[in-house]
Amino acid sequence: MSTTTPKIRPDVSYWAYLIPGGALFLAIIVLPFVMNIYFSLTRWPGLGDPTFIGLENYTRLFQDAVFWTSFRNSIAMIVAMVVVPTLLGLLLAAVLFDYIGKKFSGQVSSGLRAVYYLPQILPVAVVGILWSWILNPQTGALNVVLRSLGLDALALNWLGSTDTALPSVMTVMVWVQIGYPVVIFMSALQRVDPELYEAAELDGAGWFTRFRAITLPQIKPETFVVTLTCTIAALKVFGPIYVLTRGGPENSTNVPSYFAYQNFFPKSQVGYGAAIATVLTVIVLVVAAVFIVLQTRSEKKEAEGR
Amino acid sequence: MTVATVPQTKSPTFTANRDRHKRGAMRWVILGIIVLGAVVMMIPFVIMLLNSFKSPQEYSNSGPLTFPTEFYTQGLTNFWTRVNYPEKLLNSIIISSTVAVAATLISLLNAYALGVGRVRGKAWLVGVFMLANMIPQESLVYPLYFIAKQVGLYNSIWSVVIIFTVIQSAFGTYLLASVLGTFPPALLEAARLDGASRWTILWRVVYPITRPTLSVLMIFFFIWTWNEFFIPLVMLIDNSSQTIPVALAALQGDRLMDVPTINAGSLISLLPAVIFFLIFQRTLTRGITSGAVK
Repeated sequence: MSTTTPKIRPDVSYWAYLIPGGALFLAIIVLPFVMNIYFSLTRWPGLGDPTFIGLENYTRLFQDAVFWTSFRNSIAMIVAMVVVPTLLGLLLAAVLFDYIGKKFSGQVSSGLRAVYYLPQILPVAVVGILWSWILNPQTGALNVVLRSLGLDALALNWLGSTDTALPSVMTVMVWVQIGYPVVIFMSALQRVDPELYEAAELDGAGWFTRFRAITLPQIKPETFVVTLTCTIAALKVFGPIYVLTRGGPENSTNVPSYFAYQNFFPKSQVGYGAAIATVLTVIVLVVAAVFIVLQTRSEKKEAEGR
Repeated sequence: MTVATVPQTKSPTFTANRDRHKRGAMRWVILGIIVLGAVVMMIPFVIMLLNSFKSPQEYSNSGPLTFPTEFYTQGLTNFWTRVNYPEKLLNSIIISSTVAVAATLISLLNAYALGVGRVRGKAWLVGVFMLANMIPQESLVYPLYFIAKQVGLYNSIWSVVIIFTVIQSAFGTYLLASVLGTFPPALLEAARLDGASRWTILWRVVYPITRPTLSVLMIFFFIWTWNEFFIPLVMLIDNSSQTIPVALAALQGDRLMDVPTINAGSLISLLPAVIFFLIFQRTLTRGITSGAVK
């Protein structure tokens, strides 16, 4: 094979290096992705031949109340996995880096950071199982403690009642997610030039003013990354729902990914499950595109402003 | 980075002194709040430790917050034998380490062609790998399950190994392509003039220099694969092929799962990840942060 750049001797094309990775990618990502779209246009119990039914699964989907509930719950997941952790994480990171790190020591702040980050590196299904026991209405640690304090009225069926299941799952997700923004924001703060703060301090700016006028604009790129990756994770969340509530009670904690799983496996409605998965994919890609467009626009604006 | 230069006009001495006094007490209050938050974060783990080795009778008598009076190991042995813990541990280790090595290797080969080779359509291909990271596994899982059944890999750990090698290497390719895109051209040129082939340059020049990045990638691939739940749950039906999280989840709701069994089971299921975290804590925090800015 010939090459474009002048060479001492002929060499294998760079394309050859893409062969193993490319072939696997086609077989494991591209082919299944296309097959899934095809399945979404069929009625198929997973055995025998799929029957082509066009867009019927999609029209059925948009009339399905469970589908809409699952997407409403996705918004709850975004609150629990993006909004709350980003805001809390920003505050924690600023205090840990800016205050604890300086008034005490870097070791204290990085030790505390490790504690907040720990749930992030653990298998989420396992911590979910631990939580589902803690929240168990009869034997769970929370209710046993509440009852021993005489607060029987507060010992609710946390994951088993439609009033409390979603808030309980959301609380667990905040606990799982909080460490990620803390770690990212703490490293972002290291980039910020300390002279900016010193100058502002000399001007008499208080901590909060400095935070708003210097910290927030400086760490914008990381804020975009954190909110984008967490939003995608929130839209895809499956493991915690599976081990905590299985989407119940009465679909009050069902999410699109679990709804798709229910149709694929327990219900054997493969075509319908595939349609849910396809809609979820479209939403994820649209959200990502919107984020990236917004980010490029804000970067451009900033470049023009200077 | 632009630095704002502010004329130092005000004399800071007086206000700064008063400020420092006020902060003397304040700093402990703020530390207290942050430590309290950290304690809240640790509560589930503390409860797990307290109740892993406490007998069911003692649990119902004195609750979850006391130290166990006797060292009760029945819960641990119960879980250990029921899930055949060593087997699950071995499955998890084989899957995660094979994926970590294979996915890093494929990422390096792909990224070499894209970042150093700059093959035509490079930007396009990198975009495709990036998109692949965002696709929900739900939109791949049924076809993968179907294909695995056809080729006889259903219920085998190798189906999970292959799938995650590809999924992780999509991310690795995306990240490494941009790292290798900035590889010093002088080094490549010098090697070329010495008559080194592309294959030799990859292993003698590019590989040694990018090794730190590759090791961070490998550690991440290991942990991510270790923690995966959805695809292993679908693919690994048989007890003997399951990973630790899937095996634990399979026992959920079982009547024989009493309080010490659940807690001790969670404890030894979390332990490998905690050990891994402690060993690689520094590399990990450095890794996620460098990945974030990219």
